[in-house]
Amino acid sequence: MSTALPDSLAEIRDDFHALGEKDRLQLLLEFSNELPELPPEHRDRTDLFERVEECQSPVFLLVDVRDGTVHVHATAPAESPTTRGFASILVQGLSGLSVDDVLAVPADFAFDLGLTSAVSPLRLRGMTGMLGRIQRQVREKSAA
Amino acid sequence: MTAPIDPDAKLQSYAHPERLVTTAWLEQNLRTPGLVIVECDEDVLLYETGHIPGAVKVDWHTELNDPVVRDYIDGAGFARLMSAKGIDRESTIVVYGDKSNWWAAYALWVFALFGHEDVRLLDGGRDRWIAEDRALTTEHPSPAPTDYPVVERHDDEIRAFKDDVLAHLGKPLIDVRSPEEYTGERTHMPAYPDEGALRGGHIPTARSVPWARAAAEDGTFRSAEELAAIYRDEAAIGEAEDVIAYCRIGERSSHTWFVLTHLLGVPRVRNYDGSWTEWGSAVRVPITTGAEPGELPAR
Repeated sequence: MSTALPDSLAEIRDDFHALGEKDRLQLLLEFSNELPELPPEHRDRTDLFERVEECQSPVFLLVDVRDGTVHVHATAPAESPTTRGFASILVQGLSGLSVDDVLAVPADFAFDLGLTSAVSPLRLRGMTGMLGRIQRQVREKSAA
Repeated sequence: MTAPIDPDAKLQSYAHPERLVTTAWLEQNLRTPGLVIVECDEDVLLYETGHIPGAVKVDWHTELNDPVVRDYIDGAGFARLMSAKGIDRESTIVVYGDKSNWWAAYALWVFALFGHEDVRLLDGGRDRWIAEDRALTTEHPSPAPTDYPVVERHDDEIRAFKDDVLAHLGKPLIDVRSPEEYTGERTHMPAYPDEGALRGGHIPTARSVPWARAAAEDGTFRSAEELAAIYRDEAAIGEAEDVIAYCRIGERSSHTWFVLTHLLGVPRVRNYDGSWTEWGSAVRVPITTGAEPGELPAR
């Protein structure tokens, strides 16, 4: 299995790199504001969601694999816009991809966004944690 | 001291009431000359979503840390930062932030390393201000640069290093992390990224008092009486004059440092900012697991 960035994530990365540092934070804020709502069937099913312990704020993830296609759902509170932004990037960048494409995303993708000096490496670890958990769920749910 | 002291009755019960202001006082003093409001959050984007009018943002990760060495910025770096934020050496600084002022207390502690005299916390922090429906803005102020002097950082009084903690063993230590981190449960979870230290547990004899216990339900600090019951009685620091607090990287323990120093008036409190990410990975330092403080290691 090769490690390569799918087009959706490569596009997001390029969008960040095209901006100056201050504007990168604004773009992250836009992602945060655009975290998709949960589909109705998942709304009251907190039992299905996995908490991301690497994040200080309560972030919950749920991965669906249907016919080899991955769907990622996430919730994060409005008081945690950075974490919401990270979740939104992964939800939007990974949903609709194949199992193999999701598993091929490099584990350190978070550090590829050009945010290390604006956001700090420590905070990016939270996003790395999210990606690791998504990939683990994809592995578990596609094994059956 | 530039701005007047908040005369609020609750604040007067603390050892150093001049270190806190209420949201009502701050609202009345938004335009007081010489007062600079600083927002410092755990979440780096919160300030951008809206902040107290006139407040400048200081980010602990990117602005108070040295980018290479695991240390804080030096005197020249601090002077540059203060100048850029429009802060004079004589300014009254009011710091506030998210999560019951967790990171705001960290910033305040770093400002104290440089001996900035008048730094205060907003009791209840960002959440309280918002809960009370007070004004917010997304406008970024552009303060005029100041002539902040280059002052040397003084670590000795309020900062402990690993060797200081070893020498301190036997005197009160407070571990302010979550109970799971204290007992050492949170380490070996298969297929989960590691937590940043090689071993789980705590420093032998350290008492567990998770930092957020110092805050009441509304995010403001508990009363002096309640704080004394938690720290002096329950955590058994009694009338001790020398206490060290630690957490994972020293951020949560800054909050406890503030409580012990300024609210309870313990004469000497140091924050061990190396904290568990250093201690839990260091070679040949004693650690203990489980819910009990544990015995002092034989030397």
